[in-house]
Amino acid sequence: MSQFVFLYRNTMQAEQEFSRSPEEMQKSMQKWMAWMKDLAEKGHIKDHGNPLEPGGKVVKGKQKTITDGPYAESKDIVGGYTLVEAKDLAQAAELSKGCPIFEGGGMVEVRPVMKMDM
Amino acid sequence: MEVDEHLFRREAGRMVAALTHIFGVHNLAMAEDVVQDAFCRALEVWKFRGVPENPSAWLMATAKNRALDILRRERTAQTFAPELARLLQSEWTLAPTVQEIFKSNTIKDDQLRMMFSCCHPKLPEEAQVALILNILCGFSVDEIAAAFVSGHAAIEKRISRAKKVLAGSKRLFDVADARDFPERLAAVHRALYLLFNEGYHGASCESVVRAELCQEAMRLTTLLLEHPPAATPATHALSAMMCLHAARLPSRLDDSGNLASFLDQDRSRWDTRLINEGQKLLDHSATGSELTEYHIEAAIAATHCCAARAEDTDWGRIVWLYDKLMQLRPSPVIALNRAIAIAQHEGTERGLKEIYAIKNSDRLAAYPFYSAAIGELELRHGRREIACKYFRAALVQARSPMEKRFLQQRVAAAQRD
Repeated sequence: MSQFVFLYRNTMQAEQEFSRSPEEMQKSMQKWMAWMKDLAEKGHIKDHGNPLEPGGKVVKGKQKTITDGPYAESKDIVGGYTLVEAKDLAQAAELSKGCPIFEGGGMVEVRPVMKMDM
Repeated sequence: MEVDEHLFRREAGRMVAALTHIFGVHNLAMAEDVVQDAFCRALEVWKFRGVPENPSAWLMATAKNRALDILRRERTAQTFAPELARLLQSEWTLAPTVQEIFKSNTIKDDQLRMMFSCCHPKLPEEAQVALILNILCGFSVDEIAAAFVSGHAAIEKRISRAKKVLAGSKRLFDVADARDFPERLAAVHRALYLLFNEGYHGASCESVVRAELCQEAMRLTTLLLEHPPAATPATHALSAMMCLHAARLPSRLDDSGNLASFLDQDRSRWDTRLINEGQKLLDHSATGSELTEYHIEAAIAATHCCAARAEDTDWGRIVWLYDKLMQLRPSPVIALNRAIAIAQHEGTERGLKEIYAIKNSDRLAAYPFYSAAIGELELRHGRREIACKYFRAALVQARSPMEKRFLQQRVAAAQRD
């Protein structure tokens, strides 16, 4: 088994969430939880991961200038991550297909964790 | 852990009520934003970490913290609830005050105040109902539009106008105000009655939606029952009526999911728990001197519930109750129901005579079950062609595929030899 990180990238998702009804939001949450539960039951979850606050600071350049960001308006923001286990990259990508993020127009970036052992 | 299917919607109403108490009714929109924000956070956090032990406490705490942030940040620039102004200014009293408001008993009172506030005399009844659904039941504009089979734009306009009126009132209705209380309570009864009816008789073809409207009306009526000054005989009667009607909801559709006409319904599906509950409430309502339309409607429903088979129904009593109801609150729909009861009691011909004699029957013109009732009685009377004509007229007015299927069957029945 190899490890992979799912990075959940949202495209203006935050604003969409804001105009949804409580009922719709609860349904969306339940879909996520069902998906995660399914992955966990099949032994694919190494770490459920965490959601990330939409805004923070960006530190950049030799000057190490600190600015606010990333902005919610920016095209894609990493909204959270999960550490999964899968046979290979192809399987990991396949597993991500069940993620409800696609319904809201977001995407999942699947990145193999670099193997440390030689 | 499993969460209640409608947790978010239920909590929406509780949170908005508490937050409006703190922010003041003029800041209703701010309260709604905080609620939405709490849901967004719950959505993000719970999907990774699972639902917390006590989800509603989690939501409440999130809303409370967000409220504290806003109060600290904006208390110099903004005015919040005038009666709390001094308590919110000082850091000594701010947190305890907010804490107090988020206690479950206070929230209950606040929901009540919000319910009374939504029934503002300046608002037409349909706006009051829409407002209650939106603010206290957490229904979105689209969900309300779907329930009322109405357009998004029309409902949005109705709600935003109503919110302006609400936000323009100085403060939430004071349920301890003995002077205005009885009159406002009557308006609340009426709004909850209409809400329930929208679910029970409404046009939405989704039976799930309709059952939810009924449930919400019953939930809010229970809030009234739990607040002694609001637990009047009329409130008990209203609650009894809802239970006795709701008990019969499961038999409205037959096994193939088609509307079943009342007399053919499978009475074994009636919910005996609700019938008993309704009967108990009806007994409780029989105090004091006030006889309301809710008393009579509950009594009619109870009479139906007493009959194991349609033919065992005490139609004489039902006709008598409809006579009373016509005196109290005359309307063409009640006249129609009365005529149908007379047909059962005294024969088809008498019933038809009553139906054709209904005053203002033009107000029933768009109601498919007016024509359908005439069709039914004409058919029973053996006048198939006339029956067919009325069933066809009803079919044109059908408001949902379900009604359409039902009326198509009736047309077919009239054509059968």
